Amino acid sequence: MIWDLHCHIATAPGRTPDERMYWLIQRADRMGIDRLCIYMGTKWSDDPTPQDFRHQNDEVLEALTHWHHRAFGFAYINPKYRQESLDEINRCIRDGPMTGIKLWVAERCNSHDLDPIVERCAELKAIIFQHTWLVVSGNRPGSSRPTDMAELATRYPDVPMILGHTGGDWELGIRAIRANKNVSVDLAGFDPTAGVTEMAYREIGAERIIYGSDAAGRSFASQLAKVYGADIPESAKKQILGPNLRRMMLPILQAKGVQA
Amino acid sequence: MTHYIDTNVTLSRWPFRRLRGDETTELVKILRHYGVTQAWTGTFDGVLHKDIAGANERLMEECHKHGHGILRPFGSVNITLPAWEDDVRRCADEHKMRGIRVYPNYHGYQLDHRDFARLLAMCDERRLILQIAVSVEDERTQHPLMQVKDVDCHPLAALLKAHPNLRVVILNTFRATGGRNLGVLSGCKNVYFEIATREAVAGIATLAEKIPVERILFGSHAPFFYFESAVLKLQESGLSEEKLALIRTENAGRVFA
Repeated sequence: MIWDLHCHIATAPGRTPDERMYWLIQRADRMGIDRLCIYMGTKWSDDPTPQDFRHQNDEVLEALTHWHHRAFGFAYINPKYRQESLDEINRCIRDGPMTGIKLWVAERCNSHDLDPIVERCAELKAIIFQHTWLVVSGNRPGSSRPTDMAELATRYPDVPMILGHTGGDWELGIRAIRANKNVSVDLAGFDPTAGVTEMAYREIGAERIIYGSDAAGRSFASQLAKVYGADIPESAKKQILGPNLRRMMLPILQAKGVQA
Repeated sequence: MTHYIDTNVTLSRWPFRRLRGDETTELVKILRHYGVTQAWTGTFDGVLHKDIAGANERLMEECHKHGHGILRPFGSVNITLPAWEDDVRRCADEHKMRGIRVYPNYHGYQLDHRDFARLLAMCDERRLILQIAVSVEDERTQHPLMQVKDVDCHPLAALLKAHPNLRVVILNTFRATGGRNLGVLSGCKNVYFEIATREAVAGIATLAEKIPVERILFGSHAPFFYFESAVLKLQESGLSEEKLALIRTENAGRVFA
């Protein structure tokens, strides 16, 4: 079982979201990937207005149309627009088929603007995915550091969250959230640098590591290699490739009556 | 078993992290497991060591002692060191190496450096393959005290007009910030690209649409990268078996001949 936590339609070719999704699924099939999580639309923006994130989420909903048996959608929101984001969570998750949220670089995730969003997601059992990248030359103003995620996770120790990209600079990212048992790491979207999965396995355990690719900008293959090539037990690899994400998503899937 | 010629392998220690495979015997075990029959092998010692002649001697010894006939040494040359020409001479004439590898960014020069043109001429005279490492690590995750930009290959296209028979292999150039090198060098028929940092879904297939497949070489960047990445990218590509065979072994075999 392989579930990919982290995919985008923007970087896949195609005239429509539907065509882009078909293209992605075809190539995921080559790699034996069963399910894809999709977020953000065909044209990204760092700091989207409510109109913009609604449009991007509509595109994801369109992409999912023929692929509900193969893909899940996460709603893209902007914590700077608190009420509009909560409304979008209700539209896409409570009343729609989506199963989580994607937070990108509009605002750092240690901000208290996120609190009502986290609380609403917890009520809905929705997945909280936060992009994080620690850039050595300096982060952009709204871009979250792994330590920002640790702050948020400390405020909500019972709410599961995912540290996108393992923080980019993964040796620091893993350390930053090591003590936050409610945080899992996303292996997607950085070079297949040897040792990342071994360190995560050693420091936080297999159950807190989730495979993702960041397709189509990244290759499924290079990111799968972080699991297949790791010097960890085979049982841990299997857990990372799919069951960990499935376990995290099961409450909301069951609430929606989705078989997976 | 499927076989590979891996054009991007490196021995010894990366200064900032221990790697599975930074012991030669362990690395060779991984390469053999996946069917690598030949690996063009540099040394991480060549990135920062000033005694680069010593680094190249150790590379020779390691390849000879533990290489199982797979490891083909590519010594390092740093044109900012005194008497660097002697390192080229030793690699070619004493060690009988088939190629050398340079790290212009870590060695602190641009490709329009006067001595770089001299290096091209020396490689051409000795029929050495020249590997240019555009990067080793993503610029964003480098050590704060050791930040180096990817190599800008713009000057190379003009320089190579004087050396149409020199074989140049560009390593680790496809990162988002360095992808522009492909456009600059796509017209140079004697320049080859290995795939270790090529990304995007089916990225090898789209690369083969931009440059002739005959100029694409298999490369893993092991042990810095998980070796499996390069193999799986070929699986993902959807290219024909004929084209895959060219990338896996045939193109590199022709360049090495």
